[in-house]
Amino acid sequence: MKPRVLILVASGTNRDRDAAVACEAAGGDPEVVHINQVRAGARRLSDYQMLLLPGGFSYGDNLGAGRVLATDLLYSLGGRTLGAALTHGLGDDLSSFAASGKPILGICNGFQALVKSGLLPGPAGRIRATLTTNASNRFECRWVHLRPNRNSPSVFTRGLDEMIFCPVAHGEGRFLPIDQETRAELHDRDQVALTYVNASGDSADYPDNPNGSVDGIAGICNAAGNVMGLMPHPEDHIFSEQHPQWTRGEGGRSGLALFASGIRYAAQI
Amino acid sequence: MSSESTDRIFRIEVDLRSDLDDWRGEAVIADAAALGMGSIERVQVGDLHFLAGSLDEATADLIARELLSDPVVTSYTVTELDEPPPLAHDQDDWQVEVCLLPGVTDPEADSVLAAAERIGAAGLRAAASANRYRICGDLSEAAVHQIVQRLLCNTVIQRYTIGPILPDLSMATRAAGSRVDTVSLEGLSDEDLLRTSRERVLSLSLEEMYAVRDYFRREGRDPTDVELETIAQTWSEHCVHKTFRATIDYEERTAQGSSSERIHSLLRTYLAAATREVAKPWVRSAFVDDAGIIDFDDDTEVSFKVETHNHPSALEPFGGANTGVGGVVRDVIGVSARPIANTDILCFGYQDRSFDDLPEGVLHPRRIFGGVVAGIEDYGNKMGIPTVNGAILFDDGYLANPLVYCGCVGIAPKGLHPSGARTGDAVVMMGGRIGRDGLHGATFSSVELAHDTGATVGSVVQIGNPITEKKMLEAIMEARDRKLYTGITDCGAGGLSSSVGEMGETTGVSVELAQAPLKYPGLEPWEIWLSEAQERMVLAVPPENLADLQGICDRLDVEMTVIGHFTDDRRLRVHYQGRVVADLSMEFLHDGIPTRNLTAVWQEPVTRQKPPEQPAGGLSGILLQLLSAPNIASKEAVIRRYDHEVQAATVIKPLAGPQDGPADAAVLRSTYATDRWKGIALGCGINPRYGDLDPQAMAASAIDEAVRNVVCAGADPDRTAILDNFCWGNPNLPDRLGSLVRAAKGCYQAAKAFGTPFISGKDSLNNEYTDGTTGRRISIPPTLLISSIGIVPDVRQAVTMDLKAAGNRLYLIGRTRNELGGSHYSLVLGEEWGIAPQPAEDGLEIARALHRAITQGLVCSCHDCSEGGMAVAAAEMCLAGGLGLDLDLRALPLDEDVRRTDLALFSESNSRYLVEVAPEDAARFEEALANLPCARLGTVTTDPSLRLVGLEGETALSLTAEALHRAWSDQSYVRP
Repeated sequence: MKPRVLILVASGTNRDRDAAVACEAAGGDPEVVHINQVRAGARRLSDYQMLLLPGGFSYGDNLGAGRVLATDLLYSLGGRTLGAALTHGLGDDLSSFAASGKPILGICNGFQALVKSGLLPGPAGRIRATLTTNASNRFECRWVHLRPNRNSPSVFTRGLDEMIFCPVAHGEGRFLPIDQETRAELHDRDQVALTYVNASGDSADYPDNPNGSVDGIAGICNAAGNVMGLMPHPEDHIFSEQHPQWTRGEGGRSGLALFASGIRYAAQI
Repeated sequence: MSSESTDRIFRIEVDLRSDLDDWRGEAVIADAAALGMGSIERVQVGDLHFLAGSLDEATADLIARELLSDPVVTSYTVTELDEPPPLAHDQDDWQVEVCLLPGVTDPEADSVLAAAERIGAAGLRAAASANRYRICGDLSEAAVHQIVQRLLCNTVIQRYTIGPILPDLSMATRAAGSRVDTVSLEGLSDEDLLRTSRERVLSLSLEEMYAVRDYFRREGRDPTDVELETIAQTWSEHCVHKTFRATIDYEERTAQGSSSERIHSLLRTYLAAATREVAKPWVRSAFVDDAGIIDFDDDTEVSFKVETHNHPSALEPFGGANTGVGGVVRDVIGVSARPIANTDILCFGYQDRSFDDLPEGVLHPRRIFGGVVAGIEDYGNKMGIPTVNGAILFDDGYLANPLVYCGCVGIAPKGLHPSGARTGDAVVMMGGRIGRDGLHGATFSSVELAHDTGATVGSVVQIGNPITEKKMLEAIMEARDRKLYTGITDCGAGGLSSSVGEMGETTGVSVELAQAPLKYPGLEPWEIWLSEAQERMVLAVPPENLADLQGICDRLDVEMTVIGHFTDDRRLRVHYQGRVVADLSMEFLHDGIPTRNLTAVWQEPVTRQKPPEQPAGGLSGILLQLLSAPNIASKEAVIRRYDHEVQAATVIKPLAGPQDGPADAAVLRSTYATDRWKGIALGCGINPRYGDLDPQAMAASAIDEAVRNVVCAGADPDRTAILDNFCWGNPNLPDRLGSLVRAAKGCYQAAKAFGTPFISGKDSLNNEYTDGTTGRRISIPPTLLISSIGIVPDVRQAVTMDLKAAGNRLYLIGRTRNELGGSHYSLVLGEEWGIAPQPAEDGLEIARALHRAITQGLVCSCHDCSEGGMAVAAAEMCLAGGLGLDLDLRALPLDEDVRRTDLALFSESNSRYLVEVAPEDAARFEEALANLPCARLGTVTTDPSLRLVGLEGETALSLTAEALHRAWSDQSYVRP
């Protein structure tokens, strides 16, 4: 049985199909589901082995990227109410999905929503980081190299040795932890799963780090490793001909490994 | 529900944490410095939100914390507005606040309202957003006003105060209206008829006013304002292209003498005729639907449309370009297709002009450039459509009238785009709500701009909301696949009056305006009917399908409303609360417009033919100058602001090679068709500088370039279609119309020669400006854009322009002629001479031969010679690939009169390509090009330098790829 992947979309999500193609290529059984279907009970999170929040501009990113989607995750999916919100608990369904160890992946806008809802970096219930306006002050679409952290507990980068080469396309991707303590903790616990590097694999500044993220942080996971988010789009490097230099014989489909790893894990759980 | 009288109003200020760089403030300082408005030391930008309703302070604080601020990067304050406002001016610190005018779309405020409800924050009735600027420096009050007016506030959509502002929170712009006026045209003098046309922004001519008067005389009554407006929109240049359908007496005066002829419809005689005569069986729809459609494969079709949004972008660059993209995307949705790519071609005035150089009332070209790019970025990126092809041109002719061409490509399964509404079907409006935005857009586009246009027709400018359109797209795609509708069209220029009138043309239609959903109360019936509020489509839906469609819309948070039904009486009947406010015969509405009679003259300009002396000091410096010229230099700073990867199908991207050279065309793989390796290439051709010399040559060259672009990348020239977009001045002036006629002739000849059908076209005329102070009329240079779409049989054979490997050979295909008129070389030298590039007789044969070579896998890289000629093309191939070239011009196929190295290097003759071929494939390549002009110019080298031996055996060029790249990537000028 292929693991079922729920690709959760809201108004303004737009890389859902790219993600579905990647999940399928990686051996998953994806289904694009609108958040209203989950709200209405027409789809249940618990029927799926993996949850993916794809890229896009949910609700136009009008109040900050991923912000309104984050309130959806907090309030709608578990019926949070005004009073309960003050403690910043997670939606019940989402929180039990995460607690059961099932994998959750947020890409770009999905990552922003996971961070702004407090699900990442965790522990849930506290906002400990943000993704804010790029240091270049502008939206940028360019290909970047990502170095996986071998020691990271992330189930998505588990076993990944090769660098990932894939595009970023965002205006608000600059990762900033709320304080030095959080920053140190992320490194100490190897929650930094992916960092922006240059073609040789070394830390580098703009444009290799396209948005000015602290310590070149491109993707992080929770302490347990089953929830992960990243700004770049590995789902857009699944075929050789997506590589910008494929006419020079380069290729590698290096975005696929991350999905394959996550789906392998989902199949076991 | 609370009422306004019991409202509490809270003001929330959100500020960036003080230890973070205030990037928006820095951008203001940089802009001010670039425009010579110095002495600003610091600008601090804050976001303001206003909340009104029966909410308490705790709720306002909850909204501020949960929705409006970010604990990591911002802090906020909440103030109830009965407290004294904060100090406005503290010595060197000016506080300026900018908010939107009432009725202007405020997506942030809409999000606040929706999200507040979701988190359970009760009592919020209205919200508004604004910005606060703290400007520090030694500035007089007058200087502050100048900074704000030039940089921070566009009074077309915004207002500002020094000190605290309070936006309109009433959500209504005036009391509910239901006024319908009748307008008597009987007994009016010609002058009065024209005054009526002008005062109501009808843009109708005297003959057209006669036709309207005579119709109502036959009906035995006076027209209502709704009827007059409906006719004006339907008969507008924007909707019916009356100039392109006019009867034109055309005279051509050249050195050989003069000739004259009468032309019945430029559209029929030249554009549609070319399509008909080239008779390509794969053209599915040309000039009929909202977009042109061609076959992709047996099961799938692709559509393409290019629109302009020039006037709105001149007044409000962000909103104008933003809604330009939104509009053309709806054209593609209007043929039931899913948008898969956007294109954008932009023309601006030179960026370094001072305010003193600008005509009165014109926004600075930097501000136009910045706003337009931001508007395109916002819409395309948010809708998830990759922006993959474009061009940016600079010329002072565009100072007052910038051009913004927006294109969109769609894909759809065949057979799912239904043919038309049937009697009894419901009229369904879907998407956004109606407001007072965008009244008179269709007729306004026929008005020449003047310094006070923004103030007098301020309501024309709409602000888009791409998410509303994205939701609507998804709903329509699902409805299409389930065959729930029988007809669909975009609600664009003219609003419901155009879309409903058009859909009901063959049946008749009856509409009740009171059912249409409004953003706020207070709209008069004619305003509801004409509003160009964005993100709306009109569908014809059989009654039995309404429930299914409603189900889709509910799930996707899309609003749909039944506003009427299609009848069988061929009348357009519009009601307001039961009262008939318009009742027109469809026949009159659609066929009653009198044909225009116009006069056109084209006078061949007298030009010098003898070239200036070849400049002393060598050509290397000239080449570097060309590479860094604004029209040639890299547009990377803009390209990267558009997402060109979303949808995961972009195989050839806008930037090519390891060093990011300029790709000729974008290639997209199909991810929606059966054959996943088949693709499309998108290109464009535009060169207004040739038009000053000869519009016919300009048209031929634009088509040649558009074809070259896609063929270079791997498209089949025999499966390539083109689109025309004419941007011209006032067609009532014989010289403007004369050049338009001559360009149309050029289009016909070149399209026939290449066998490329026109599948869609659009014109934007009256791109003129009258300076309020001097009374001077300024027309844009006549500007023809040709967009091309070609089928790539297998994207794995697509080709990029970056040099691939040392040892490979470089060929030049095509003949180089003495054609430097309007060339970029002449622009750099500051001299004008010679003729514009003429059509190449063997253009199609060359394109076919090159395509054969590409499909046989013989081509490593390929780049067309366009702006700056073969020298610039060769330089771009070097800098993109990081490799060098050793070239010798003496092998070049040349006309006798171009035997001078500089002329050969920089001539912009048509149908020329530089092609890189591996040595082992050279024989087969030469065979593929047999009997066509093709010469081996040299070899690709590991040493990354461009070295070129000139016609006399001299070293003409010697430059490192690094130097070439540095010159080409000088983007100080083209960074918006």
